[in-house]
Amino acid sequence: MFLEQDRQKGNQITGPMGLRAESDPKSDMSAVGLAEAEDPFRWVFLSDVCKHCEEAGCLEACPTGSIVRTEVGSVLVQNDVCNGCGYCVVSCPFGVIDRRPAPLVDAGGAFKCTFCYDRQKSGLVPACAKVCPTESIVFGRLDDLRARGAERVQQLQESGYSDAQLYDPTETSVRGIHAFFLILGEPEAYGLPPKPQVPTIYLKSAWTSAFATAIASIIATLVAFAFFS
Amino acid sequence: MTTNSPSEKRLEELREQAWKEGVVPGKGVDVAGGPIPRKPGYYGQPVVKPPVWTWQVPLYFFMGGIAGMSAVIASGAIIFHHVDLARAAMWLAAIAGAILSPILLIMDLGRPQLFLNMLRVFKHRSAMSMGAWILSAFGACAVPGLIALELHAHQILPGTLDQLLRLAAGVFIFGSAIFGTLLATYTGVLIGATAIPAWFLHRTLLPIHFGTAGLGSAAAVLELLGYRIPALNFLGFYAAGVESALLIWLSVDKHGVADRAIHEHGSGWLIRIGEVLNGPLALILRFFGLVPFAAISFLIGALVSRVGWIAVGKVSGSDPESVFAAERY
Repeated sequence: MFLEQDRQKGNQITGPMGLRAESDPKSDMSAVGLAEAEDPFRWVFLSDVCKHCEEAGCLEACPTGSIVRTEVGSVLVQNDVCNGCGYCVVSCPFGVIDRRPAPLVDAGGAFKCTFCYDRQKSGLVPACAKVCPTESIVFGRLDDLRARGAERVQQLQESGYSDAQLYDPTETSVRGIHAFFLILGEPEAYGLPPKPQVPTIYLKSAWTSAFATAIASIIATLVAFAFFS
Repeated sequence: MTTNSPSEKRLEELREQAWKEGVVPGKGVDVAGGPIPRKPGYYGQPVVKPPVWTWQVPLYFFMGGIAGMSAVIASGAIIFHHVDLARAAMWLAAIAGAILSPILLIMDLGRPQLFLNMLRVFKHRSAMSMGAWILSAFGACAVPGLIALELHAHQILPGTLDQLLRLAAGVFIFGSAIFGTLLATYTGVLIGATAIPAWFLHRTLLPIHFGTAGLGSAAAVLELLGYRIPALNFLGFYAAGVESALLIWLSVDKHGVADRAIHEHGSGWLIRIGEVLNGPLALILRFFGLVPFAAISFLIGALVSRVGWIAVGKVSGSDPESVFAAERY
């Protein structure tokens, strides 16, 4: 999946899931205020599309085995297994996955972009890529899309968009993502973390501390009864 | 923007060219309104999602800490022949760990009816999965340990069987002590190994804090139940001393914007109040021999700081600047 910011002239794009132009009325009011300030308001985009990380925080965190890696390389929540413990929510470095709110079916369970697993199984492309009128969202083989993205970046830079770049973090512990972006400016402006990390990298130091505390507590208790009785 | 501005004219040109030639290779227009925002985060929208956990979770951290460390105290009491204290500690471990803790955890699930799915897989890389297994193993040791200990204490069974019962009580109580230390500390790993900046930056401190607060709380509850013995007083000093050291650690080991949720806002106050109550204040009260007050101060502090750490997660997770700042560490 490849999302291109520059194609969204006027930024009117709204995908069926994930990609959305921010249309909160409160934001509109702040837009008026900001337009007069030093940093005038500018629509870009905020994408909640799942990045389907190679090393996925949500999948690692899931205690029920509800979140799995599918044969198409995507990360999928199995609705019938998830018990809504909420641990994936704080384990996603992109802030994508959340609990399904009340009026929806299977409320309380985790939900996120499925990469249209059902459509892909039938040989169809994900719905967002299918409906996108400006072809800002493109679906295909990752290698092809990366080549296409690099080419577009070069094209844009030659046309004067010197701040065009691909957002495709591969050098961090998430080891690459399946939905990457062509953006103007810095990733931070799009709410994208420049160096996303899978939280399992923190386990070793945290467990070491836990074991040390466990041993210290046992020793303290034995000392207490041995010498203070 | 007026209808004959340069950008509007350029758009007209683009349309004409596109209509004639099908494709426009040249530059378009800059979108109205100014440059790409330079402030981090999409207009203040959170980058990671804050925890969805509600009040049951900090209360569970508190209960789990008391339960787990009560079993450790019970083991120490058994070894050094304080049978009455061991019985009280095992009752505490079983009630807090095998009844209240699971209830709180199940209440917090989005779909509580599926709670048994927690034991569907065993994943050592998921602290939540490990926690579910640790809590189950703890309950599976603490309950039979308590039953065996009570039967033995009341001398219900005859000679040989009673000896077996004594052995079983010992094995189960030591087992619950081992799983108990993990039950009291894994919660620090649970929130330390996440994408929430103020949590993962303190992943080493959190298990020490939760485990030691659990030990001090267990001793405090037993003291309030009437077991005013020097051993528990020593554990009270130990826990309050470690918590005081952690208070200093927390105020020295600052990460600026990245963990400001610990030092600012209401969440920062909860942490501070909690740490003062179970650290220096409990220590001073105990030093002056005011044991019940020290115990109460420690218990309140332990609970408040657990609530504080969850509040910190909510504030920190909603703060895009913290997420970007934490990438530097």
